[in-house]
Amino acid sequence: MTAGGEGKQALILLRDVHKSYYRDKIEIPVLTGVSMTVGAGEFLALMGPSGSGKSTILNLIAGIDTPTRGAIDVAGSSLGTLKPAQLSAWRARNVGFIFQLYNLIPVLTAFQNVELPLLLTKLNGSERKKRVRLALELVGLQDRDHHYPHQLSGGQEQRVAIARAIVGDPTLLVADEPTGDLDAKNAAEVLTLLQRLNREMGKTIVMVTHDPHAAERADAVLHLDKGVLKEQEAARA
Amino acid sequence: MAFIPLAYNVRNLAARRTSTSLTALGIAAVAWVFIFTLALAGGFEAALRTTGSAKNAIVIRNGASSELMSIVSREAADAVAAQPEVARAADGAPLEASELVVIWNLERKSGNTTNVIVRGVTPRSLALRENARLLAGRMFRPGVEEIVVGKMLSERFKHCGLNERIQLAGRVWTVVGILDADGSAYDSEIWGDVELFMPIFDRPVFQNVTLRLDDPSHFEALKKRIEADPRFSLQVRREDEFYAAQSGMMATLLRTLGLFVTLIMALGAVFGALNTMYASVSSRTKEIGTLLALGFSRGAVMLSILIESTILCVFGGLIGCLLALPVRSFTTGTMSFASFSELAFRFQVTPGMLLGGVLFAACMGLVGGFFPARRAARMPITEAVRQA
Repeated sequence: MTAGGEGKQALILLRDVHKSYYRDKIEIPVLTGVSMTVGAGEFLALMGPSGSGKSTILNLIAGIDTPTRGAIDVAGSSLGTLKPAQLSAWRARNVGFIFQLYNLIPVLTAFQNVELPLLLTKLNGSERKKRVRLALELVGLQDRDHHYPHQLSGGQEQRVAIARAIVGDPTLLVADEPTGDLDAKNAAEVLTLLQRLNREMGKTIVMVTHDPHAAERADAVLHLDKGVLKEQEAARA
Repeated sequence: MAFIPLAYNVRNLAARRTSTSLTALGIAAVAWVFIFTLALAGGFEAALRTTGSAKNAIVIRNGASSELMSIVSREAADAVAAQPEVARAADGAPLEASELVVIWNLERKSGNTTNVIVRGVTPRSLALRENARLLAGRMFRPGVEEIVVGKMLSERFKHCGLNERIQLAGRVWTVVGILDADGSAYDSEIWGDVELFMPIFDRPVFQNVTLRLDDPSHFEALKKRIEADPRFSLQVRREDEFYAAQSGMMATLLRTLGLFVTLIMALGAVFGALNTMYASVSSRTKEIGTLLALGFSRGAVMLSILIESTILCVFGGLIGCLLALPVRSFTTGTMSFASFSELAFRFQVTPGMLLGGVLFAACMGLVGGFFPARRAARMPITEAVRQA
């Protein structure tokens, strides 16, 4: 199943991906045979009811979880072949994370939070500083660099998180309910920002959301239900 | 490996002020006891080590390990004094002193009694001890029932102040001088005229002959000749080594007992650190998960938590060091196994001990932080990042 944007070079490729969790030795399947392709530069929304497996797909694509079966290729790497340390380095290079609850480090300033991914690169202090300022400027928070997360509003916190996600210039942004904890105004601002990152900077974005308004901003929407892509199910039928 | 910034750890500790302070205080207490113990043993050792001089030799009976076990006849003492390696005073007389050592039971100012060393000395004895001088009063006059007492003994025992009178061996002696021997064992002794002491204490022989070498390198020649002399059964030791050896058993005992107490306390403190770090890691699950997701390795996360625990404990250790500094002014007395008498000494706090205290605290941090750090490093990222 191609998410959309046919003709674009595939950045993400999932082939017959299965994922199960075990509770007291009882297998709980979460994904059953998901295959999909996401082209480079696409903005894809994943929708579905709670427990449908959409966050699991996001985690697998981002390399913070591993499938029970199947293959996942992202940005030219076959994630299943990477060792844990290689996977960490791969994430640092290729993935920017945007979480529902922002996941900023409370004891670090906005500047220091945004700088974190750059500490994993070989950039020197002044280069890092330049990149952090640029990222904060892009999200409109250049004047809040010395503020701690508790000194920012929810919308501002999420924009700092977006700055952190893009500061390392990753290929892929994964956003798990990025507007789930925001009011309508801030949610709209964050979605506009994501759209800009997609359209102006060519970032590939995979976003999990419950919100149909948020999903409307994406180029394509895939629906999951009980671990199966609905579009895939329809195609099989 | 990319490291998580140190500011993250320091600010996390600052953010949890109460638990950080309580844990640091626990560690500080352990570091204090650790330094106290070393300062106690170090002070005892230093008192005996500084008692001897590298320029002097001491002659005692062959087989004796202390002055009390020794006897040196007047004939042997005269023979020793005549050796060519013995330095000479300006008047040409040999720089040596044949001395008598007895132990006597005295009453402390606190009320209980203990043994002290009473040393019969000659007019040359003070000149032979470079670190000893008269702090107050004057030297005793030969043939007169006068004594000088060590500074610490004077402070700790009844009737030992300047111009006070004290009863020894059925006679009343006047304290005419206070001896300051720079914290050495002589500070805990009573000195009087050896020729007067011998009949009064009913001792017909000396316990040692202490002499100044004309050249410290001549020691071996002197030793060889005296020990080979078939008329006497004597041994010659370097004075500094002789007194240093006296401290061995007691210093080891003090150190062992002290370190045992320290280790028991350290166990409790390590559990404190462990608890603090577990709580800290637990409350930061989402943060740690986020750091892992961003690409920091599990090793970097483990190291970061270990560093944080170590910073916490080193901070405690530094507090312990600060609190231990006043220990330097403490004075105490303990029984010396070599002389069966009290040796008063000042606690000795050295930079090495303070460094040892900080390193010990750092070790507690590493031990206390290990399991919480391992837990942090093993967190499943997908669960951790979604924690509320």
